[in-house]
Amino acid sequence: MNGRPLSWFNVTSLTLGFAFLYLPMLILVIYSFNASKLVTVWAGFSTKWYVALIHDQQFLDAAWVTLRVAVASSTLATILGTMAAYALTRFSRFAGRTVFSGMIYAPLVMPDVIIGLSLLLLFISIGLDRGIFTIILAHTTFSMCYVAIVVSSRLQSFDKSLEEAALDLGCTPFDAFKSVTLPIIAPAVISGWLLAFTLSLDDLVIASFVTGPSSTTLPIKIFSSIRLGVNPEINALSTILIAIVAVGVITASLVSKRTIAKREREALEAN
Amino acid sequence: MKPIMAETKPASVFAPWLDADAKPIISFENVTKKFGDFTAVNTLNLKIYEREFFALLGSSGCGKTTLLRMLAGFETPTSGFILVDGQHINDIPPNKRAINMMFQSYALFPHLSVWDNIAFGLRRTDMEKDAIGDRVTEMLRLTQLDGFSHRKPHQLSGGQRQRVALARSLAKAPRILLLDEPLAALDKKLRQETQFELMDIQEKTGTTFVIVTHDQEEAMTVASRVAVMNKGNLLQVATPGEIYEAPNSVYVADFIGEVNIIEGEAKLEGPDKIAITYAENMPPIISVGKTEGISEGQKVSFIVRPEKVRVSLTGDDDRANKVKGTVMDIAYLGSISTYHVRLDNGQMLSAQMTNTQRIEHREITWDDQVWLSWSDEAGLVLTQ
Repeated sequence: MNGRPLSWFNVTSLTLGFAFLYLPMLILVIYSFNASKLVTVWAGFSTKWYVALIHDQQFLDAAWVTLRVAVASSTLATILGTMAAYALTRFSRFAGRTVFSGMIYAPLVMPDVIIGLSLLLLFISIGLDRGIFTIILAHTTFSMCYVAIVVSSRLQSFDKSLEEAALDLGCTPFDAFKSVTLPIIAPAVISGWLLAFTLSLDDLVIASFVTGPSSTTLPIKIFSSIRLGVNPEINALSTILIAIVAVGVITASLVSKRTIAKREREALEAN
Repeated sequence: MKPIMAETKPASVFAPWLDADAKPIISFENVTKKFGDFTAVNTLNLKIYEREFFALLGSSGCGKTTLLRMLAGFETPTSGFILVDGQHINDIPPNKRAINMMFQSYALFPHLSVWDNIAFGLRRTDMEKDAIGDRVTEMLRLTQLDGFSHRKPHQLSGGQRQRVALARSLAKAPRILLLDEPLAALDKKLRQETQFELMDIQEKTGTTFVIVTHDQEEAMTVASRVAVMNKGNLLQVATPGEIYEAPNSVYVADFIGEVNIIEGEAKLEGPDKIAITYAENMPPIISVGKTEGISEGQKVSFIVRPEKVRVSLTGDDDRANKVKGTVMDIAYLGSISTYHVRLDNGQMLSAQMTNTQRIEHREITWDDQVWLSWSDEAGLVLTQ
């Protein structure tokens, strides 16, 4: 930000870009406060859809299922993804490394439909009852590769001599990982977890393949109720979700900004 | 640059490498390390003795760091054995060796305070909590870090970080301390101070230090013995004085300090006297010294350090070698000046003189005809 005035080109592209991103959400938020049952007609301000939402047991159940699935699958994915990333970046010369690293990224480019279908076939063939457990497994499968990518990019810039110093001072390799590597890469692991959490929260396709009768996630619930006609309750629900995400993102960036500023100030004082 | 030699004369001379009965603390036996096709260390044999301050010196990629990392246990020799106290340690992992290392990047744990960094290794032993506290305090005092124990590494200056790294690597009282370019990140003045601190600490703790450096001044200052390496081979292992005064090859002579190299043909003039012919119409260079391995007519290199060559306008001394030339360049370094002189045959020689006079009274200047002279013992005849 060096005070150079924005050119008309920059102003236009900024406006267009942000409009493209946020206009649909803005409309959704506005209509969530619509008094009318018809989504396209504005009939005055009202919060009744929010009231209706908290009394809708089906939605609440779906939200609870989604939350449990997201927490469990992102935690599992973080553990597995971190382990995979560690193996891929640290042990550069083991047999089959290329194959392994190619395979870990495969779910990134694989269409969700194929992942969903193949998992469904697997669960049927091993006789696993479909339900919340299978959704957790499915979400772990596809989100662990995102975690692996986030964590391995951090590990690549990690000073390897820190681990060697830990070994040199008497740590076993596991102890060195636990007391030196993990605390240092923790921010990347946490953002990997958050990424996996959001991916799980918003997945519809894979979940609808592997879900069972008793375990409807929020995206499945929203999608199926849309098919019966757009309900303003959904707008209200979406607005709540947007608010939660916005608060989360803003808090995270403020905290990290403050940490960096504090660090720089302290480093400046030292020299 | 003139190497500084800090010679503190001990009561009795410390030279275990001369004692045939002395048991080495570290020995490398035919150690080879290959990375794919690249040979980093080539069938190397070396003995290092207890309480030595041993320097591995060489340009980057010469294998010195690989040698150190094999001692620490981060690399395993491709063939050969490494022994510590007579025990094979090839297969012992780094965390089971009584060897600690100070890393070039310091490798301080950024998430831990100075105190916790130093206590890190001690907490992995069965030491009592109180004893750990005492030891950390002792280390902080040794490295003059009292008052910094609660700081994090990023709150310290470069010199302080270096001392934390040293304190951490010494905390477990290792038998051997490895130092990988420990002073490379410090500025020159701080580096010189720290060199003396290192020597002081080494003396106090009695630990065997093995230091890797590419800075020959640093190696000469701190070390009891210096090993010069090139392309995975040990070229010479000797005291700083011997390395400087009696290098065994042109490479070593050229690597350590400044040197004049004149190539010529040897002519034996007596049991310990050699005359070297290097150009037509120039008097041969007379050198006194060992003649073994030198045969009549052999191609040899004569080396002489610039500070052993005198430059004068009159040439009124009775030194064995005296040649005429023209001053091409003068490098004024404050305490000394280096004169680059071209002989009549085009050969360049440099001579170094102490500036005993103020610079405005300097007698010799550019384009002057001068005499260069050196005694018959000043130089050395090398065959490789």
